[in-house]
Amino acid sequence: MSSINQIDMLICSMANYLNHHLKTQNRDDVLMVGIQTGGVWVAERLHALLKLPKPLGQLNIAFYRDDFSRIGLHPHVKPSSLPLEVENHHIILVDDVLHTGRTIRAALNEIFDYGRPASVTLAVLVERNGRELPIQPDIIGCSLCVEPGKHIKLCGPDPLSLEIRTLHE
Amino acid sequence: MNNIQLDNQGRLKHFLGIGGLKRSLLIDILDTAASLINVPEKSVKKVPLLRGKTVVNLFFEPSTRTRTTFELAAKRLSADVLNFNIDTSSSSKGENLIDMLHNLQAMHCDMFIVRHGAGGAAYFMAQHVAPDISIINAGDGQHAHPTQAMLDMYTIRQNKGDFAPLRVAIVGDIRHSRVARSDIQALTILGVSQVRVVGPKTLIPKGVEELGVKVFHDLKAGLKEVDVVIMLRLQRERMLRGAFLPSAYEYFQYYGLTKEVLKVTHPDAIVMHPGPINRGVEIDSNVADGPYSVILQQVSNGIAIRMAVMAMTLGAVSEKKDAN
Repeated sequence: MSSINQIDMLICSMANYLNHHLKTQNRDDVLMVGIQTGGVWVAERLHALLKLPKPLGQLNIAFYRDDFSRIGLHPHVKPSSLPLEVENHHIILVDDVLHTGRTIRAALNEIFDYGRPASVTLAVLVERNGRELPIQPDIIGCSLCVEPGKHIKLCGPDPLSLEIRTLHE
Repeated sequence: MNNIQLDNQGRLKHFLGIGGLKRSLLIDILDTAASLINVPEKSVKKVPLLRGKTVVNLFFEPSTRTRTTFELAAKRLSADVLNFNIDTSSSSKGENLIDMLHNLQAMHCDMFIVRHGAGGAAYFMAQHVAPDISIINAGDGQHAHPTQAMLDMYTIRQNKGDFAPLRVAIVGDIRHSRVARSDIQALTILGVSQVRVVGPKTLIPKGVEELGVKVFHDLKAGLKEVDVVIMLRLQRERMLRGAFLPSAYEYFQYYGLTKEVLKVTHPDAIVMHPGPINRGVEIDSNVADGPYSVILQQVSNGIAIRMAVMAMTLGAVSEKKDAN
């Protein structure tokens, strides 16, 4: 659907918005955290564009999902790594696609198990319809409206591209 | 072959023994444990995977390390834990295993961790338990101790990486050791280059070569150029019938692991022991506390392995319950 240039342009515009957001909020000492795996790919690019001094954190929310009792444990999960103290830090949480909001709910729960952050800003490459929880992003690459049953997937890491698939195809 | 441990998708439903499991499943257990290993580094040392589940520790034999690491593992997965005190339980009043099992099932428990003096006890329970309950074998008689074997494999992979080139020696009371049996099976499935068993003739079971191991009765010959040494405790509580050894002192002279003996191994060899250690009987203090010893790593890894096995088995039965 999208070429690498379009995705890169979206991430550049996200970086600009984020820069402005951090300046107006007077937050220069932030910790960026990407959600595995697509969120980490977007976060790596944002982290480089913003030249953030603190290393990038990675979250694996597999152990915090609310569908464990339905689908069991997802195999081959990489561990989370939050290299710095979460306590009292401003966090930028990055994901590829915001859909139902359940992944972000799980990510927030995991972050709070590492400590109490000063704030959490949510940045997503794609915001789509179909929310099931009251979670909204602060920074958006683009908004898409797709039919129920369709799934937007970020493929990568190099190049990044977006695909729209039909579930249970 | 139908394996009672697996569901119809080949996923772990019970964990009773290593035999019959595929290499890919053992690697899945190790990888899942690796992703859980840093849970204790968080300020909240838990993940919510088994929130609302009840895990019962059903120990018919004394144990400190295994029971507490299972309890800690269940708690780190946010499960509620019930420790069944067998000394004061109905079993001493004549209740049989099946009746006890049915009573515990009626309390809506989700998983039983079973240690029993009789080989096959965990398998027996898995055959009779309701389909949405998982059984994990925490050691049955002289038969199997699969979570100990997996934490040993985790520790070996952590220190040595690839299994293929490794020569591993298991030393001591092979005859009475369920750890040795499970370790031999796991090492063979994971494809190490050679597994050796070392010990006096009285403590090596007849026909052990059929498991694919090489037998040594001389300690230095058995340890020559090995990469991993797994020491075993003399299980004197299982030596009540028969004369297996002249004395613990004499055993140490011939089979005790000392710094001097370790000179024949590969220079980077690691020393493991499932505990509890009998210093001066099977291992010298200098070795148990020395730089090659990874005995305390084994204890830490045991928690992550037990978390992984609990999460994998309960994940499989939960889905089954939902599908129904």
